[in-house]
Amino acid sequence: MNVPVPAVSRAERVQHVVSPGGVKAWLVEDYAVPLAAVEFSFAGGASQDPPGKAGAGALLAALLDEGAGDLDAEAFHRALDDHAIRLSFNVERDEFGGRLQTLSRHIDKAFELLALAVNAPRLDAAPLERVRGQVNAMLKRESKEPDAMAAQAWRRAAWPDHPYARSPRGELGEIDAVTRDDLVELRRRILARDTLKIAVVGAIDAARLAAHVDAVFAGLPARADLAPVPAIEVHGLGRRIVVDFDVPQANIRFGRPGIARADKDYIAAMVVNHILGGGSFTSRLFQEVREKRGLTYSVYSSLTTAESSPSLIGATSTKNERAGESLGVIEAECARLAAEGPTADELEKAKKFLTGSYALRFDTSTKIAGHLLHLQREGFDAGYLDRRNSEVEAVTLEDANRVAKRLIGDARLLVAIVGRPEGLVENDAA
Amino acid sequence: MVNPVSAFPSSAAKEQPPGNGEGRDRHSGPRVDHFTLDNGMKVVVIPDHRAPVVTHMVWYRNGSADDPRGKSGIAHFLEHLMFKGTHVHKQGEFSHVVAELGGQENAFTSYDYTAYFQRVAREHLRTVMEFEADRMTGLTLTDEIVAPERDVVLEERRMRSDTDPASQLDEAMNAALYTHHSYGVPVIGWGHEIETLSRQDALDYYRRFYTPENAILVVAGDVEAPEVELLARETYGKTPARGEAPVRDRPREPQPRAQRLVKLADPKVEQPAFERIYLVPSARTAKKGESEALDVLAHHLGGGQTSLFYRRLVLEQKKAVMAGAYYFADALDDSRFFVFAMPAEGVSLEELESAIDEVLSEAAREGVSAADVARAATRLVADAVYAQDNQASLARWFGAALSNGETVEDVLGWSGRIEAVSVEDVAKAFQWLDRKRAVSGYLLKEEV
Repeated sequence: MNVPVPAVSRAERVQHVVSPGGVKAWLVEDYAVPLAAVEFSFAGGASQDPPGKAGAGALLAALLDEGAGDLDAEAFHRALDDHAIRLSFNVERDEFGGRLQTLSRHIDKAFELLALAVNAPRLDAAPLERVRGQVNAMLKRESKEPDAMAAQAWRRAAWPDHPYARSPRGELGEIDAVTRDDLVELRRRILARDTLKIAVVGAIDAARLAAHVDAVFAGLPARADLAPVPAIEVHGLGRRIVVDFDVPQANIRFGRPGIARADKDYIAAMVVNHILGGGSFTSRLFQEVREKRGLTYSVYSSLTTAESSPSLIGATSTKNERAGESLGVIEAECARLAAEGPTADELEKAKKFLTGSYALRFDTSTKIAGHLLHLQREGFDAGYLDRRNSEVEAVTLEDANRVAKRLIGDARLLVAIVGRPEGLVENDAA
Repeated sequence: MVNPVSAFPSSAAKEQPPGNGEGRDRHSGPRVDHFTLDNGMKVVVIPDHRAPVVTHMVWYRNGSADDPRGKSGIAHFLEHLMFKGTHVHKQGEFSHVVAELGGQENAFTSYDYTAYFQRVAREHLRTVMEFEADRMTGLTLTDEIVAPERDVVLEERRMRSDTDPASQLDEAMNAALYTHHSYGVPVIGWGHEIETLSRQDALDYYRRFYTPENAILVVAGDVEAPEVELLARETYGKTPARGEAPVRDRPREPQPRAQRLVKLADPKVEQPAFERIYLVPSARTAKKGESEALDVLAHHLGGGQTSLFYRRLVLEQKKAVMAGAYYFADALDDSRFFVFAMPAEGVSLEELESAIDEVLSEAAREGVSAADVARAATRLVADAVYAQDNQASLARWFGAALSNGETVEDVLGWSGRIEAVSVEDVAKAFQWLDRKRAVSGYLLKEEV
């Protein structure tokens, strides 16, 4: 059984489709399951929401499938449903995306409906008000959820007066200010060919895909018209903000500046983060906070690659009485990793995990399409699919030590806590 | 509400049924082999050769509903303790090996089953099978290990329920719905009982249920049955049979007669919500065709934006910002049908509830059309085709169904049975949506 895996090239399976209209897509053709999965996105997500109108992008994403062309919202959803087509749009900080899944026998219909949603959304008044009500209901619920509250307090302190201070899902109060004209304008600025990336996996060939992506995307404006989003470092290192909330458990969010995806140290930073709080079972934070002390169910850290402020962010939750102890252990582990770096054994094991687990990202069409889109967004060529593991292998102990110092530095964190934590001092008012 | 509780945090996806998706002519559905080892352990193999990885799961046919009275949470607590080492492998060794292999692992407990899984490159299948087989009988526990893990579970309960009024309302509604059966107790257990669970409680429970006769092995991915059979004989097959599979001894719920209303008001509620749960047959307790009719009815009433609830309550009357329904077929004993809605600004929950009841009476009075039934069936059957894209989803679907006494053939035949549901079947299914069988729940803002 224990034979080495043959070196199969994932990159070679990726076809680079260019439509007659000049639209590009990555395609992995596969007929094993009678489905097709399409993922695409444009640059400029929620960070393009106009000032005072956080949630405009979220509203636009929710409205594109609420009526298009001659079909009103109900008719559009009925058309999707009758063909069992799954279509949705989503907005993140720096990205506006769409996802289409269809049975192979409905591929033509699926692209036809997608073309309508992208090119001729109606943005009718009734669905706008309905979706606004739904977004408001969701935001109201989140406004009293400890983890969402902690994320908000952290975000506002980390990125003051910056688009990142706002939730990509919108802000209560600001949602009400968004008008139909705002959505029309936002769509014009974001949905354009120059920032578009597309990945498709499934039962479709290149010629047919080319015709379909032309019909969907070739008619969009050539250039996006995005407002510049200034780079910003995570503010407030060393601050501890407590949001008083009557719950038995303190929800703790912590973080500091990270390392950009394009930075030559990013892969080493990924390895270092894995050792700190990335792999759920083996990480230092998991071992020290959960396994040894029973302080929490969940504790993690992760690298985020937001374009204007890459960061290292983590979270946990602990009963109020032991919140100070939890945070103390987290701070001590950060400091220890920065000072001493990982051990050779930890580095070896982290590399084994990160290289070995890469294959698990390629076992469903939707996961593959999502990953191919992600790589394009981050500016990689398909060759990265085959290069990636050797880049992880190449990280030396010297690299890991150096990057641990660079990433964690003096180990000062911006901390936001929701609850009634004991055993720690709030050193700054929110 | 009915999601299983996991050993470790992760994003849980709702599983969809697989099956003979597009009908016999179009696509054959997943290929599934199954057999039984000499010691009674069942094995299911679902080949999918698109990627060189496998999903390896072991399911035990016991869940929180089998917790002894006064020991709620023991099934879930034991699931956590199963990561603490055996006579052969020290604490954490299995997890460290899986991590070094680049694998993922987790475990979860539901009302009716407990399952453990790893996802690894195909060449590591034997390794994870050896470790998993070892911990079926080799678990060792000390008080030093048990105590901090109990704290972890208490933190998990605080995170899931004690800080969340909506979860607390769900717990109260289930407790009101099941007056006698243990589905009324949360999977994770009640906090005051978790605090008392001991090492001995865990070991007693372990010895009762963790046996080959009570276990199901499911392997999906880049394998074929003969290879899995060989490996299974050399690993799980070495565990001696214990005799009989353990018997699940659960009291049956009496005939429900009273409408129930449960209200929870809390200052932390910013957005009110309505939910109703009906006691209905599960796939296992239903008469032939009845469970499938409930699947179709749930989709017709509340499956997405073209459903009756959404059209009436959200689009036309504008009394709700969202509304829907779903049916949880996957249970050993009588199960649940959920109706939920979130009121629009200024609409009281009383008003919303009567609007829901009017829609239900209209639907029961006028029945469903053949087109409605066909439309719901199309969508449900398509979900089964979508499920074939994901080996982990397929493994979970078969594991859950077999844990509840269904067969591989039952699962593969699901799409065909859905397509056979008639207008009359759906009309009959309405009888279960009787308010005497239901608990309504109001989640309200408490003004302070």
